[in-house]
Amino acid sequence: MDLTRIEINRRTALLTSAAIAANVINPMRAFAQETPRKGGVFNVHYGAEQRQLNPSIQASTGVYIIGGKIQENLVDLDAKGQPVGVLAESWEAAPDGKTITFKLRKGVTWHDGKPFTSADVEFTAMNMWKKILNYGSTLQLFLTAVETPDAHTAIFKYDRPMPLNLLLRALPDLGYISAKHLYESGDIRQNPTNLSPVGTGPFKFVKYERGQYVIADRNENYWRPNAPYLDRIVWRVITDRSAAAAQMEAGELHCSPFSGLTISDLARLGKDKRFIVSTKGNEGNARTNTLEFNFRRKELSDVRVRRAIAHAINVPFFIDNFLGDFAKLGTGPIPSTSTDFYPGADTPQYPYDKAKAAALLDEAGFKAGSGGTRFPLKLLPAPWGEDISLWSTFIQQSLQEIGIPVEIVRNDGGGFLKQVYDEHAFDLATGWHQYRNDPAVSTTVWYRSGQPKGAPWTNQWGWEDKAIDKTIDDAATEVDPAKRKALYARFVKEVNTELPVWMPIEQIFVTTITAKARNHSNTPRWGSSSWHDLWLSA
Amino acid sequence: MRILGLAGRRLAASIPTLILILIGMFLLLQFAPGDTVDAMMAQMGGGDAATAKDLRKFYGLDVSIPAQLGNYLWRLVRLDLGFSSIYGKPVASVIIERLPPTILLMTASLSFAFFFGLLFGVIAARGVNRWPDTLISTLGLVFYATPSFWFGLMAIVVFSVYLQWLPPGGFEDIGTVQTGIWRVLGIASHLVLPTLTLGLIFLAIYLRIMRASMLEVLNLDYVRTARAKGLDETRVVTRHVLRNALLPMVTLIGLQAGTMLGGSVVVESVFSLPGLGRLAYESVVQRDLNTLLGIVFVSALLVITVNFVVDLIYARLDPRITAGG
Repeated sequence: MDLTRIEINRRTALLTSAAIAANVINPMRAFAQETPRKGGVFNVHYGAEQRQLNPSIQASTGVYIIGGKIQENLVDLDAKGQPVGVLAESWEAAPDGKTITFKLRKGVTWHDGKPFTSADVEFTAMNMWKKILNYGSTLQLFLTAVETPDAHTAIFKYDRPMPLNLLLRALPDLGYISAKHLYESGDIRQNPTNLSPVGTGPFKFVKYERGQYVIADRNENYWRPNAPYLDRIVWRVITDRSAAAAQMEAGELHCSPFSGLTISDLARLGKDKRFIVSTKGNEGNARTNTLEFNFRRKELSDVRVRRAIAHAINVPFFIDNFLGDFAKLGTGPIPSTSTDFYPGADTPQYPYDKAKAAALLDEAGFKAGSGGTRFPLKLLPAPWGEDISLWSTFIQQSLQEIGIPVEIVRNDGGGFLKQVYDEHAFDLATGWHQYRNDPAVSTTVWYRSGQPKGAPWTNQWGWEDKAIDKTIDDAATEVDPAKRKALYARFVKEVNTELPVWMPIEQIFVTTITAKARNHSNTPRWGSSSWHDLWLSA
Repeated sequence: MRILGLAGRRLAASIPTLILILIGMFLLLQFAPGDTVDAMMAQMGGGDAATAKDLRKFYGLDVSIPAQLGNYLWRLVRLDLGFSSIYGKPVASVIIERLPPTILLMTASLSFAFFFGLLFGVIAARGVNRWPDTLISTLGLVFYATPSFWFGLMAIVVFSVYLQWLPPGGFEDIGTVQTGIWRVLGIASHLVLPTLTLGLIFLAIYLRIMRASMLEVLNLDYVRTARAKGLDETRVVTRHVLRNALLPMVTLIGLQAGTMLGGSVVVESVFSLPGLGRLAYESVVQRDLNTLLGIVFVSALLVITVNFVVDLIYARLDPRITAGG
């Protein structure tokens, strides 16, 4: 593992001076006429180290940010958010929805030189997606087999109809392929390849120094012609957000994806010409802020109380004053970025109205007692992100005004999940709901009853609604896209009426990147994507 | 030598302490809600119950707590620190990787704090209640009262962002391979700001202790005798006062070696150094029991070693300690 110094060679030097000259002569022209420049080291902020780097067995942005450059998925999303083939060239579903055939790309090799074939797809799908991958195991629950009639065809067989659109929208995140020859013997979770990933992607893993950095170099044998442009990507582990902002300014970092900096630093660097701070390229990683109600508290099991709480909180005020441009008013579990499923705002909404909130509480029989207090509640905020912390304080102050004193109980990640989703030791909880391009991937589990106790980010509210369960189940196996969309519109209407979870704020991750970068933020999941076309101007 | 016997006895006495600390840590972490699988789920952004059950079995969390503790102690007897669940490799190798930055940072900032604390302490004591004393004491107080994360960030802003003299973080240059003296210089330049940040806080303590101790010794009878002998003030201070005034300083080093291991979490985070403090913090958040206990074990060993050395230095500074047993 030699880390040779990247020399500036004569060619790069010439190109650099040419580009500078062009800028001097006509700065307006420079951007439009630039030709991609090969070379350069791209330094990326890596805030939270994961236990491993293989995206076939762990679906999280912390893995994609590195593993997604080294390994590739069958399908990704294009600039318009539509599925586009990566390792798969084309696909076709049988009319009954139980068979989906993928034609695979030919002439692709793994970084170790072995050819990529349908056997890799079969192995990954059956042993990783179905058994280990979070969300994958739910998505592929009814996958019975993957047939491989030849080296470049993989036929997915399902017990129940699998909507093609659902699969294609899930596969960008849940469709990364691993090499069978490296994983077939031994325990997949303990395989050392998970920490030194081997893929088919534009960058080859070089070195991982825990707590410091990860390095990947250009894959000279990449299947896309002329790609990638960068010589090397270095992910630097920086846990302190303010320190990361300082490193951006010192020029040590080129990019901090997924809202890696503090809200105030994002606003500050956004005014600096050297950087671009934008939500663009993260549309596929939308999330909503939640307010989760525990129905085991008798007050909260009354829908009037839940609605009163929603009416008591001035969400637009909170967004304007605390989150700024990077958030907007939410209208339910399906965010407005989801072009295929967003049902519009024409569902029950709960605008700020303190008088109405008080009236609803009175009507429910919880009249203000001595000192104006109705009943106390315990709120558990998740520890990921300063917005949640601010939001929980805002909830506390808003509810105080309608006579509900709120005690905030803070935990770290493990503690929060345990207390909310396993021990149910909360009255209110707040965190993020991640929307993954299709409501069936990670959204409907927040509402469908019968979730096993302890499964995080699922319906653990002690609430069950047979009608809504049926809508969810019907939508999950509906193969007609138009009917599916209508079913999800009905679903949003129903859950916004019952309000077991309130999702009033939409947020998209923010990317901070150097103004020298080109071809960045050009797909809805750019931070996770392979960066094969990313380049740095001189 | 009697001093070695004394130190040996103290070493032996620290073994039960060590075991108690380990058992205490183990039980304390059981009180924290959630286990390493919950923490992992939190990091992944979700998963199902079957996956969680599988993982618990994988990490050996499916047996009772006393059984887990028994397993751990039995492994420890065989000098096996176990397997780290976040790092996927033996705890011993995880810790060994993190030791060099920690020890470098610790020695550098302790030496810095000790040396300048001593120097400024002596200056302040000699000019007691005059302007050098007031200036030094005030500055010391300011450093002591400043939170280290703020100090670190400001140092980065000034020296890395504006002046661009020093690297803003990390342990060494990643882009280039350096060997020999250049590597040493590279690492040294990365450690300047963290050392100053960590050292300035401790500097204030050493300074105050040294000043007080000097003032006390300066009033003792034998100093008056020395002065009466006609020695000049510098000789009195260097030959007679300093050595006796150093005793509390040396005690403090022994005590603060432990504090520094823990107190460097903030500095390591701000400067992105791969040290033990950050590892310990991550182990707690990730509920990685083996790694955390391993760190406690190694830190305890470090503190015991430092105190052993301090005992030896005592004997050199003040022969009465050996004589008294």
